[in-house]
Amino acid sequence: MAGKGIRIEGLKKRYGSGDTAFEALKGVDMQVSPGEVVGLIGPSGSGKTTLLKCLGAVIEPTAGRMILGDELIYDNGWKVKDLRALRRDRIGFIFQAPYLIPFLDVTDNVALLPMLAGKPNAEARSRAIELFQSLDVGHRAKAMPSQLSGGEQQRVAIARGLVNRPPVILAGEPTAPLDSERALAVIRILNDMARKFETAIIVVTHDEKIIPTFKRIYHIRDGVTYEEAGEGRGFE
Amino acid sequence: MISLAGRDIMHAWGKFVFTGVGLGLLIGITLSMAGIYRGMVDDAKVLLDNSSADLWVVQQDTLGPYAESSSIYDDAWRGIRGMPGVARTASVTYLTMQVRQGERDVRAMVTGVIAGEPGTPGWPPYLVAGRQITRGHYEAVADIASGFKLGDRLKIRRNHYTVVGLTRRMVSSGGDPMVFIPLKDAQEAQFLKDNDAIRQQRRRTAENPAFNRPQVPGLLDAVIASQSTNSNVNAVLVQIEAGHNAEDVAESIRRWKRLTVYTRSQMEQILVGKLIATSAKQIGMFLVILSIVSAAIVAFIIYTLTLGKIREIAVLKLIGTKNRTIVGLIMQQAIALGVIGFVVGKITATLLMAPIFPKYVLLEPLDTIIGFAAVVVICILSSIVAIRAALKVDPAEAIGG
Repeated sequence: MAGKGIRIEGLKKRYGSGDTAFEALKGVDMQVSPGEVVGLIGPSGSGKTTLLKCLGAVIEPTAGRMILGDELIYDNGWKVKDLRALRRDRIGFIFQAPYLIPFLDVTDNVALLPMLAGKPNAEARSRAIELFQSLDVGHRAKAMPSQLSGGEQQRVAIARGLVNRPPVILAGEPTAPLDSERALAVIRILNDMARKFETAIIVVTHDEKIIPTFKRIYHIRDGVTYEEAGEGRGFE
Repeated sequence: MISLAGRDIMHAWGKFVFTGVGLGLLIGITLSMAGIYRGMVDDAKVLLDNSSADLWVVQQDTLGPYAESSSIYDDAWRGIRGMPGVARTASVTYLTMQVRQGERDVRAMVTGVIAGEPGTPGWPPYLVAGRQITRGHYEAVADIASGFKLGDRLKIRRNHYTVVGLTRRMVSSGGDPMVFIPLKDAQEAQFLKDNDAIRQQRRRTAENPAFNRPQVPGLLDAVIASQSTNSNVNAVLVQIEAGHNAEDVAESIRRWKRLTVYTRSQMEQILVGKLIATSAKQIGMFLVILSIVSAAIVAFIIYTLTLGKIREIAVLKLIGTKNRTIVGLIMQQAIALGVIGFVVGKITATLLMAPIFPKYVLLEPLDTIIGFAAVVVICILSSIVAIRAALKVDPAEAIGG
């Protein structure tokens, strides 16, 4: 499923109209290649979350282009009919808090996505368990989310983002609730997974602990992005 | 695909079951109310069935003997017996009163029946213990629901009666157990005044110059004698000969005897349509109120459960869950709650309420099926508010910002 990452050109988003109109994104350009983890950094109100919502096909941009893998998904209007299926099959999400479904065990929290895509339960679960081995939570496969530590929950959330092998994963402040050690561990995992599954990962963050790990960073300010080479201490 | 509703229920089964039990008690009351209405109708039909009558002959222009008072001469049966198509007749009296036994008293419908043979109209058609009334006075057959036992001594007005037989399911349309006594005794119980009243009436009669005429000896004694005897009954029960149409025989009696006659279907209509109509309306109102309360409770519970899952629903929507899956999650939970409630309610109504309720509670299988369908429909309708709330959840809430 992974392809050529994600590329956005001149992406704009305006809220409201007339005198009360507010342009949250004023022409964002961004490209993230498969296997790459980039940081998206900016102060509050800079447009980070709006950009994340546009990239996640949750809200519709006002103008611009988005190419996901090989497919043009937005060109001054959505080019795909089923945004729900687009989010399910081609975009992975990792949130600030894990937001695991409390009434499903760890395996089914992850297997739910392929199940929703119509995969048989057994196949979906085996995919999830395979990911758990890579993320070192295989021994917690039958546990309920409430029985996991914060770090384990976040790894399960990463597995959920990866399970359908999307070309892009959007991670919103994924390390915010974690201490330095765990935060760096999560970033390490994201780097490993990006390479292993040829997935482009965009990490929206304020977390200074992890900023030095990015090779490339997009700064966003007043709805415009500026690319910058990161320190890239990374996890080669 | 896994059942999200099932997993959610299993995850918090304790909360769910306790809520279902609470709802079940309410449903149990609702089912019991329906059962009480059915019991009232059944009591009315049993009363008619057990009288073994095809026709009820009563005072003209009354709805007697059950819905209104009726008084006809106790020799009316002779003339009716001679009518074409009439097989058997029997005078009968009905009086609902407190029957005393020692220190306690029981509300019962005292029924006066003529001495005769088994099958005589008005007689209890079967006994569960003892024997039928064989003497003309001071014997009684009681319904077992009265709590009387063989050999018990009952006091009705000024006379004492010995219970010689027990019967079952012989009740008035109001559910009071019946106590059968000889007709003459029943007439006394119903029509005869107490001694003080008789003395007072005699004195008043003697003081009335119209009755106490020195020039007409014996007039006063004759008047007093007529006042002291009771020659009325409430109705004559009629069995018709095979091959005769009940309505034709009834019409003939109406025409020639100047009395009102009801067939079985007409009497059933009076009992169900008039005598218990007000009670039925009250029960109907209670059913409506309880249904609304149940619906409100289910709606509130499901809405609260849904609000508690807003974040999860936002995540589910963000990761591509279809609306119908989310609707299914909420609706299945509502239905599951209703099913738990119904099972608890049915058990409560059958095992707890029906045996101890002072009135006969008849839980019909059809009512159970209708009740179950109503519960499911109410639960589905009640989940609409929660479903609307869930469908309004913006998947962007999962991202925050």
